[in-house]
Amino acid sequence: MDGKKHWLEHPATQNFLIPILAVILSFAVGAIFILIVGQNPLEVYSILFSQTLGTSYGVGQLLFKTTPLIFAGLSVALCFRAGLFNIGAEGQLQMGAFVTALVGMYTFGVPAFLEVPLLILAGMVGGGVWGFIPGYLKAKTGAHEVINTIMLNFVAAALVSYFVTNVYNVPATVHTPPIAPTGRLSRFDTVFAGFAGSPVNFSILIALLAALFVWYYIDRTRYGYELRVVGLNPKAAEYGGISVSKNIILSMTIGGAIAGLVGTNFVMGYKYYFEEGFSTGTGFMGIAVALLGNNNPFGVILAALLFGMLEYGGLVINTMVPKELVSILQAIVIIFVISSNKIFRRILVNFLKKRTLSIND
Amino acid sequence: MISQIFSLAFLAQTIRITVPYSLASLGGVYSERGGVVNIALEGIILNGAFCATVGTYYTGSALFGVICGIAGGLLTALIHAVVSIHIKADQIISGIAINLFAVGITKFVLEILFHSSSNSDRIPGLPHIHLGFIENQPDVARLLGNPLVLLTIIIVIASQFIIFKTRFGLRLRAVGENPEAADTVGISVTLYRYYGVLISGVLAGLAGAWLAFDQHSFTDGMSAGRGYIALAAMIVGKWNPLGAAAACLLFGFAESLQIQLQGAGLPTQFIQMIPYVATIIVLAGFIGKAVAPGADGVPYEKEK
Repeated sequence: MDGKKHWLEHPATQNFLIPILAVILSFAVGAIFILIVGQNPLEVYSILFSQTLGTSYGVGQLLFKTTPLIFAGLSVALCFRAGLFNIGAEGQLQMGAFVTALVGMYTFGVPAFLEVPLLILAGMVGGGVWGFIPGYLKAKTGAHEVINTIMLNFVAAALVSYFVTNVYNVPATVHTPPIAPTGRLSRFDTVFAGFAGSPVNFSILIALLAALFVWYYIDRTRYGYELRVVGLNPKAAEYGGISVSKNIILSMTIGGAIAGLVGTNFVMGYKYYFEEGFSTGTGFMGIAVALLGNNNPFGVILAALLFGMLEYGGLVINTMVPKELVSILQAIVIIFVISSNKIFRRILVNFLKKRTLSIND
Repeated sequence: MISQIFSLAFLAQTIRITVPYSLASLGGVYSERGGVVNIALEGIILNGAFCATVGTYYTGSALFGVICGIAGGLLTALIHAVVSIHIKADQIISGIAINLFAVGITKFVLEILFHSSSNSDRIPGLPHIHLGFIENQPDVARLLGNPLVLLTIIIVIASQFIIFKTRFGLRLRAVGENPEAADTVGISVTLYRYYGVLISGVLAGLAGAWLAFDQHSFTDGMSAGRGYIALAAMIVGKWNPLGAAAACLLFGFAESLQIQLQGAGLPTQFIQMIPYVATIIVLAGFIGKAVAPGADGVPYEKEK
């Protein structure tokens, strides 16, 4: 008996089981809301799935919504692994996208093979700086990153609002002038006709590469090892000669840089300018995505796909049920995940205890 | 120019803005003094505003609306309390989820009840007490005679007393500062943490009710970050009721100034940043030290 673990006790099983259970439960609660409106939950859900997953246009929309969620989710997940709570992805992605647009405005005539990497880098710098600030403050003064990142979200919003309305403004709009055409990323529909009309573009490949990078960085490099040790036990890290403050600053900066890549989707791949209010809480949703994906880069991709589907799905079912149903679903998923992590393990321990007792009888 | 800006109307506007900040910020003080981080203030305000609007709309009674607002805040806080205290899940994530939930549920029900995704129908405002002495300035008189303004001032002063001079306050601070020690002397950590979070629900719900009556309707997302500003004020005020209220007054003053200067062609975004930048500076320890209660944000696990 001892030494051998029941399959339910295995962390990998739990990491899969808990998110799936949480999603199923939240859909069940969502069904109650649908019934209140006087609609048939099965009908609403089947339309939600068939209109998003069943048509190539729907898939295109879903992937477009998924892309920024991957960046934001990766940003939060990487910081989580270092024991840091990055609630600032929203501000970081605002700054990143804005700097991308800013650099793009001033670099007309640069060939595409230089312009595209330049704009990607610009986004990483913008977001990275916005991640560096709370990281530095935490490392040097001990100021909690949660509060500082929340505050910096608002500062970023005010700052970009100032620049967009007062400095770099196309009159009568809240957006900047366009970026150089060589900085554009192609839409998928220029290659695959099936996606026609949907805004999904090649930035999703950057998102997948970012996920690969985060996995490699955390699991396969010395830096990632240090980051994980700091996240698990900062005191032990310090004893082992790992600088905690260096790792805090580094993780927040990289996290910010990844969030800053959101601009590749909106600025480089969709509108070709920065627009005030382009992100409706993507950074906050990134927290949910990281949580559901268990802070694992590949889990983040799956969770971002689910949340991307819900985001587009809300629009699809809006004629039957207010589209806010999906916000409610997303919130319930989060609450279930954080609760079931605790409750499920408690129930499991009791279940296994009883079972062992009955076997012993 | 100066006298134009700092008029009686300016004072009234500052108070109008400060009242909901103060109420929510005090809520934050109660919750965090008890050891539960409350980012859910934003969602509590929103749900409070919504319930106050619906309650008033269907009964025509402002008093009933206020009670509904408090009840809405209380129920929202109850979710946070159960998830944070009983289930011992992450308090910050719980708060974020509740804020998301509040945005979704209020818009969802708004569409069902008022067939609009942006705003409710109009509701009457709060009745006011006739003061007599500034009746030539009806707007100001109406505001200063507003029972909630008076109530807020009383709550601020009473809270300072309750938290630092009463047995309840001592126990609340004990479970937030050192729950093991509190438990050892027989104080129920769970009970007092519930008190803290639920009081924050009442106060932030009241803040929401204020917003609804002030605007005579509910509009989607009308909490507009006030819960976070309240949180910022709580930190700048170093988790003290009077300090938090003073910070709220400062933020209210800045915001009021920003509104006054809007037409003047000055970039108001920089005034808008004041509360947030102030909080970052205070947290970094440049102006004294801001230290959170010892066990703030840490679920209490009883030793077996």
